[in-house]
Amino acid sequence: MTEPAERQKLVDFRGGGFVPRSNRWIGLLIFVAILIAVEIGTRTGFITSLTLPIPSDVFATFVELWRSGLLWKHLVPSITRLIVGALFGVSIGITVGILIGLFSIVRAGLAPVIAAIFPIPKIALLPLFVIWFGIDEGSKYALIAFGTFTPTVVATYGAVDNVDRSLIRMGQSFSLTWLSIVRKIVLPGAMPGILSGLRISLAIAIILLVAAEMLGAEYGIGAYILEAGSLYDLERLFVGVAILSILGVTVSAAINWVESRLLNWRV
Amino acid sequence: MDLQLKNIGHQYGDLDVVRGIDLDIPRGKIICIVGPSGCGKSTLLRLIGGLERPIEGQVLQVGTPPADSINPLTFVFQDFALLPWRTVEGNISLVLEDHGLSGKEMEAVISDVLARTNLSDFRKALPKQLSGGMKQRVAIARALAVRPAVMLMDEPLSALDSQTRELLIDDLVTLWTREPFTAVYVTHNLNEAVRLGHSIVVLSRRPGEIREIVNIELPLADRTLGNHQLEEHQKRLWQIMREEALAADQELIDD
Ligand SMILES: Nc1ncnc2c1ncn2[C@@H]1O[C@H](COP(=O)(O)OP(=O)(O)O)[C@@H](O)[C@H]1O
Ligand SMILES: [Mg+2]
Repeated sequence: MTEPAERQKLVDFRGGGFVPRSNRWIGLLIFVAILIAVEIGTRTGFITSLTLPIPSDVFATFVELWRSGLLWKHLVPSITRLIVGALFGVSIGITVGILIGLFSIVRAGLAPVIAAIFPIPKIALLPLFVIWFGIDEGSKYALIAFGTFTPTVVATYGAVDNVDRSLIRMGQSFSLTWLSIVRKIVLPGAMPGILSGLRISLAIAIILLVAAEMLGAEYGIGAYILEAGSLYDLERLFVGVAILSILGVTVSAAINWVESRLLNWRV
Repeated sequence: MDLQLKNIGHQYGDLDVVRGIDLDIPRGKIICIVGPSGCGKSTLLRLIGGLERPIEGQVLQVGTPPADSINPLTFVFQDFALLPWRTVEGNISLVLEDHGLSGKEMEAVISDVLARTNLSDFRKALPKQLSGGMKQRVAIARALAVRPAVMLMDEPLSALDSQTRELLIDDLVTLWTREPFTAVYVTHNLNEAVRLGHSIVVLSRRPGEIREIVNIELPLADRTLGNHQLEEHQKRLWQIMREEALAADQELIDD
């Protein structure tokens, strides 16, 4: 007597999923698909020319802008403002943030001040900055510097607070000097937090850059967009917007690159 | 250099953590401190190592540390405390950098301690690439690099699985046999205590007081796994500790 063979069946698979996988092609594909859809829509008249410009016309306008050399005339001052302003704001912000993180007295004195100026829309202060620093580049640098300063400070001292205390204790137990502990343990330990703060600060910097240039600049992406907008020149408006978003993507890619170099120790 | 604890007592606010600890830590011996969790073992070690000041009593250094000792009282932590952004050799050079050693001297020290802990092949590895046992070996190498007069080890093997723990016990025994070092070794694992301790100090539950000191004469190198004499010691230690552990376990935590 043999037992009747039991039925065999594969165990159902129910794991998988919930793991973000990088697949950059899909993003690009969707982007191209939208462009093509808009192109067809505008050409057939399904989308009126008052709503959106024809993408290929926008591209032609961009090429024209490039050919005429005006692109650099607008881009160079914008990028200069961005770099100078952000450099001031970020470096002062990191310094102040570290001081707040390290010294209770500085924290007691400055943290409330920072909390008070953080929510002020910095753009509201532009007229004041114009009086203080002049209508030219000074006020624009100041605006961007001030706008990047506050988020950098907050991110930095938060990052210093989050440095693993047991590592600091270890440093003390080996009689490292105070300066060594700050330089070799606190700073690298705070780096991830500082860099993610930088991401936010630089996005804010681009927004403020455009705002400042709209309020008074001859050249610059902001000025270019403002002019196109007031003439209702949709092609040029979209060229300006596209340049901004390329600028944003470039900045973000630069931070990614820095992170991959500096933070390769992260698990 | 020996260490002497004189009537050490310590509190955190209302919480009495350790009380009336008198203890000698003689040169070249490993003193194990065992006790139920929360009885103040880590606190006692921090007091010995000068990371905290005792509220009562004193920790005394008797004699001067050897002239070549860079950091006389050196900790090995349970969680390894390696800098994740530095390689194995970087973690070791970290503790040498502030002491005016030339590049060549530093290099010699690093090669020496890496060889002694069998880590020479892992010099350039980052901590994230290492297993727990390897990380603790790096931490031990780092401690050896500063030529401590006394090593203060706070449950150094507690974060490791039992096989890795066996391997590291063997490593420590080999290290000690080749070149005896002085250590205060805190653990809650009685087997580790009888394998490594020349004397074993049993603390009561909180507030930690010395219940008993057990001396084991058997040389470290002969303390093999399953040795009869050691099992007797371990059994006896467990009898002393059992009640304390039980009572400590049933205490309400109110903080
Ligand atoms: N810095 C501190 N502040 C307040 N209480 C502490 C501090 N460190 C330890 N304790 C308390 O002291 C007691 C003993 O802690 P600890 O020395 O870490 O015990 P063990 O290492 O023996 O498990 C615990 O109840 C713990 O909560
Ligand atoms: Mg402990």
